[in-house]
Amino acid sequence: MTAATEPATPSPATAAPATALVIAGITRHFHIGKRDIVALDGVSATTTPGLVTGLIGPDGAGKTTLMRLIAGLLRADSGSISVFGTDVRADPLAVQGMISYMPQRFGLYEDLTVAENLDLYADLQGVAPATRAARYAELMQMTGLASFTTRLAGKLSGGMKQKLGLACTLIRPPRLLLLDEPTVGVDPVSRRELWSIVDHLVRSAHMTVLLSTAYLDEAERCDSVLLLHEGKMIGAGPPGDFTRAMAGRSFQARSARLSKRALQAALVPLQGVTDAVIQGEAVRLVMDAGVTPDFAAQAKLSDAAITPVTPRFEDRFVDLLRAKAGTTASAKPVATALPPRARPENAASQVIEVDHLIKRFGEFRAVDDISFAVKRGEIFGLLGANGAGKSTTFRMLCGLLPASSGRLQVDGFDLRTAAPTARGRLGYMAQKFSLYGDLSVMQNLNFFSAAYGLTGARRTARTAWALDEFELAPLRDATSRDLPLGFKQRMALACALMHEPDILFLDEPTSGVDPLMRREFWQRINTLADAGVTILVTTHFMDEAEYCDRLVIMARGRILAAGTSEQLKQSCRDAAHPDPTMEDAFIALIEADDAKSNPRAEAA
Amino acid sequence: MFGRVLALVIKEFLAILRDGKSRMVLVGPPLIQLLVFGYAASFDLNHVPFAVYDQDRSIASRDLVADFAGSRAFQQVATLHSPRQIQSLIDSRTVEMVLDIDPRFSRDLLTHQPAPVQVIVDGRNSNTALLILGYANTIIADASTTWATEHGGAAPPAQLDPRALFNPDLDSHWFIIPGIVALLTQVVTLLVVGLSVAREREAGTFDQILVTPMRPLDILLGKSIPGLIIGMVEATVSIIASVYWFDVPLRGGLLELYTGLLLFTVAVTGIGLMISSIAATQQQALLGAFLFMVPSIILSGFATPIANMPPLVQDLTWINPMRFALVVIRRCFLEQPSFRSLSGQYIAMAILAVLSLTAAAWLFRKRSV
Amino acid sequence: MSGALMRLRGLIRKETLQILRDPSSIAIAFVLPAMLLLLFGYGVSLDARHVALGIVVEQPSAAAASLTAQFQQSPYFAPRDFTSVAAAQTALANEQIDGFVWLRSNFARQLHAGRDPNIGVFVDGINANNARIIENYVQQSWSDWIAAEATAAGTPEITPIAVQPRIWFNPAVSSRDYLVPGLIAVIMTLTGALLTALVIAREWERGTMEALMVTKVSMHEILASKVIPYFILGMGGMVVSVLIAVFLFDVPLQGSILVLTLAASLFMLAALGMGLLISTVAKNQFVAGQIAIITTFLPAFILSGFIFDIASMPAPIQWVTHIVAARYFVAILQTLFLAGTVWSVLLPNLFALLVMAVVFLGAARLAAHKRLD
Repeated sequence: MTAATEPATPSPATAAPATALVIAGITRHFHIGKRDIVALDGVSATTTPGLVTGLIGPDGAGKTTLMRLIAGLLRADSGSISVFGTDVRADPLAVQGMISYMPQRFGLYEDLTVAENLDLYADLQGVAPATRAARYAELMQMTGLASFTTRLAGKLSGGMKQKLGLACTLIRPPRLLLLDEPTVGVDPVSRRELWSIVDHLVRSAHMTVLLSTAYLDEAERCDSVLLLHEGKMIGAGPPGDFTRAMAGRSFQARSARLSKRALQAALVPLQGVTDAVIQGEAVRLVMDAGVTPDFAAQAKLSDAAITPVTPRFEDRFVDLLRAKAGTTASAKPVATALPPRARPENAASQVIEVDHLIKRFGEFRAVDDISFAVKRGEIFGLLGANGAGKSTTFRMLCGLLPASSGRLQVDGFDLRTAAPTARGRLGYMAQKFSLYGDLSVMQNLNFFSAAYGLTGARRTARTAWALDEFELAPLRDATSRDLPLGFKQRMALACALMHEPDILFLDEPTSGVDPLMRREFWQRINTLADAGVTILVTTHFMDEAEYCDRLVIMARGRILAAGTSEQLKQSCRDAAHPDPTMEDAFIALIEADDAKSNPRAEAA
Repeated sequence: MFGRVLALVIKEFLAILRDGKSRMVLVGPPLIQLLVFGYAASFDLNHVPFAVYDQDRSIASRDLVADFAGSRAFQQVATLHSPRQIQSLIDSRTVEMVLDIDPRFSRDLLTHQPAPVQVIVDGRNSNTALLILGYANTIIADASTTWATEHGGAAPPAQLDPRALFNPDLDSHWFIIPGIVALLTQVVTLLVVGLSVAREREAGTFDQILVTPMRPLDILLGKSIPGLIIGMVEATVSIIASVYWFDVPLRGGLLELYTGLLLFTVAVTGIGLMISSIAATQQQALLGAFLFMVPSIILSGFATPIANMPPLVQDLTWINPMRFALVVIRRCFLEQPSFRSLSGQYIAMAILAVLSLTAAAWLFRKRSV
Repeated sequence: MSGALMRLRGLIRKETLQILRDPSSIAIAFVLPAMLLLLFGYGVSLDARHVALGIVVEQPSAAAASLTAQFQQSPYFAPRDFTSVAAAQTALANEQIDGFVWLRSNFARQLHAGRDPNIGVFVDGINANNARIIENYVQQSWSDWIAAEATAAGTPEITPIAVQPRIWFNPAVSSRDYLVPGLIAVIMTLTGALLTALVIAREWERGTMEALMVTKVSMHEILASKVIPYFILGMGGMVVSVLIAVFLFDVPLQGSILVLTLAASLFMLAALGMGLLISTVAKNQFVAGQIAIITTFLPAFILSGFIFDIASMPAPIQWVTHIVAARYFVAILQTLFLAGTVWSVLLPNLFALLVMAVVFLGAARLAAHKRLD
């Protein structure tokens, strides 16, 4: 036996294992207080060396727990994991010698510079000093960080941090690379760059990658997919297998007579419809297996044009979830959220008006001369990467920040200067569904109804409405922190609607929520819009943009483009993108803007 | 408006009481401080170890040693036979005092010469040293008088008989424990109020409140009332513990005591709100509270008299509400002060309360809407 | 360079850069100590000077004037004259004076007649400690006056027993001289335990610890990389404190600097061990800060013998002080500063510190797992 002096070098017996990672019957519980949470429940899977495997599932599916178990940071209650034939539990240090791991917040030291972070990880990974310069140069070139080596990591943008985090884990090429939600919170451009680095790596270095994500559209970029939901593995295989299973079931429906929302509302309750979601001006339709979309019997839908489209990963996921839950799209029709209300005279008028709005922080213009207007009953989107200025705009509209110059009006008021009662027309749902985590559902509802000045019978009625409408009654005494994400989101919406606002502000309302919950949420929002509520959404999720009637795309504090999602998508149609997605449109706009502001970069 | 403030107050209480971390802040530090200060912090001497180097070895010298050994304050741990042992015992801190009785002690006594007794004290802890010396002086003076009366010598013309008002036994627990009432009230109120806004900022719920029709004043009131109530409850609990557990007499009126406590808590609430409106995270709020708390306790007269401080530092104590609260609480415990005699302290705290609340309201408006 | 050494070097360099760039580390390591030293050096004194003492003279006489003069000469008193006891009582109640001496109208007459003049001494007992010190001072001044009067009259009065007080090491009984050395122990507890606990908790909070753990780095290396830079920082803080003590506050340093360094090193290691232990229990800064203040800072203040006499505490509390590392260090500091290199004090205390350092560092190592659960 001459082997085994260097654990990272495979011994001849395991030189080319057929599997990189073997996960066998992993179960893991967590105890939070008295509660027992099953994070992973009998999960088994294998991955193939040299491929990018995606670990896909909504927030709370157990992705991070599984990653940490593989990295030897946690121990499983039962089951085993081995990495290239080495059992993680038996020899965690040997496994850690073979892997690199990027945790969710990238594991960077924000008070160290880019170069110092690289030095640290080079030392920790035992990279020989002689080979470092070349490796750094290669990584910096690949990540585009070459000119930022002396900048503090904390001062980098989200996308740059993520690339630096990736560079740090790649200082010494590992056999297995674990990336925990590397694309969360970064804009589509950075997301695409990250994927190109990952693709490049795998091809050149035969590295095995396990990457977790909550974005279902990323599944299609993986070689293989593990689909995780509520701690259980509900599907595994190449992404093509998932979409192939949906062959002939995905369609697009358009109607000249019905609005997109009316069309969706008409389609959802029908027998045989698995899924119907708004996509731009059309409705994306998924039929139950073996059912053809023939709606001749429905008078309303007589003019609906149904065209087949390529299935996508999400279609399969929704299909699997529905099959698991035994429901169809129509299982729970969402009731009209609001009673019909007396519309003001000027029903068609502009509810939100922003005119040459500027916000300066010192020399920096966070919002740089933007103008737009939102009509009553419209769902309006502010789309942009982190730092594009959409949050600043949003906060100014809510009256949380003063504008430096320009004019802004919400329902005829500048909330910054108007009497506090003017804010009573406004509902607000913050990012991450900020509620009082220590309070129970009922206590939260009571607090917000009082905060909005509801009293007596109206308060009782509205609280009862919220419990009933959002199916929160069984959970009324549960501590809100412990609720599943989908219920937190429902509760946040309930709290924002307690006082029946005319205008609803939503900040990334469905980030990380599973597709069924997301559909339910948007169905409610559509109903509200139909009832005349004006809705303003800020988001960097392309999915959420699809639901908007109109939207603006922001970058560097300015508006790059405005229009319906259909118009924006069509504006970038070219030979390379015959059927552009929202993401393609976004990237095209950003790149055009970058080229304008930095012509040399384009020449290079 | 009243409904909104009430809702905020209820929410604040629920958030504090349902969260383990916040409960810990309310129960942990106060309990530990009560125990530690109540039992450990004392300037009284008990069982101070001392050694005797009796070169005289007479009945008179043995009587004197017996007087020391019989006192609660002293405990004899060694008898020495050579002067060199004194050095080593004091150096090694085995004893804190050595009673060195001169060989001529009994002869001088009988011949009416001043009979010399050396009291050697370890000065490394100067406070203890002074106290030991004081205790020793008292014992020797008593022995002196006894001897004089028994042996017909001329008694000293006058004996001083100091009387300590309000605390006849000069039990320092009576001094420290009422101080804890002020200390705990300040710590708890400051932490509850100081962390409350920071906690909401971290959780993102603060924006949520700001977009409701609540006015800044409503929010300010909703944030201060819970701190006020919790501070008063904490004060009451520590007053009860002082009286029933530590047996400190409560002689003054509750009206005078609680007027002072209320004004004090309001002033501290104002300071807590100032910290709260500046701090962006709970971490910063905690550091801010700590940075305020340490000097405010040291410069309050809690352990050491303000009169001993240099004039400049004494001036600084005028902006410290705890300074005035301590006077009110201690006097209410041990004296029976009239409302009027405390009015100076009340007014000072009221002024500080108005100033700190105004500053907090200003900072609050500046940072939020 | 071997892998372990390279990893350690990288970690230590990272830690050093972080200390240099983080304002809160600097605040806890330098601003807080400086504030405490100045507060204690200037603000805290247990020595009563210029005590406001009322002297009630109901009927002026030569004897009364000479006694008043005796009080006026004393550095301890700032006497104030009253003509009626009621006025003095009011002043006492309003805290304008800390006590008063009452010479009744028959004072001179009784004194001359060789009878007890029945002098009243009243002290405000609310601050018991202060009251006791004032009583002693009054007693002292009175005895001095009696002796002086008797000598002047040619009939030296003889007290049967003459007390000769000798206060060793600190003849001027200046409380600053013993508070400032003791304070160094409190300050080093702050840098050692509080700062260390906070920075490690911060690594947990920011998720960087997770990234570190999934490298080949061992737990020994992670712990060593925390101990070494903060050891140097703490020792730096100590040097600054000693310099302030000696040069700003004129506290004498009688003992050996070498022994001081040794003792400080052992204490620092024990404090770091505590800090590491706390941070493995509490993985967020808020809880770590709370625990550190309760288990290290407060005991260093109250239970170390720094202000309050350990021998006078109740037995169970005395027992508890044995597990407070600061207790041993305070004993060493007060001895080294005021008495000198006294091995009989130093050896047992140094040994105790060594044991505590080994126990705490060992416990921290045992408690630290390279896992999140």
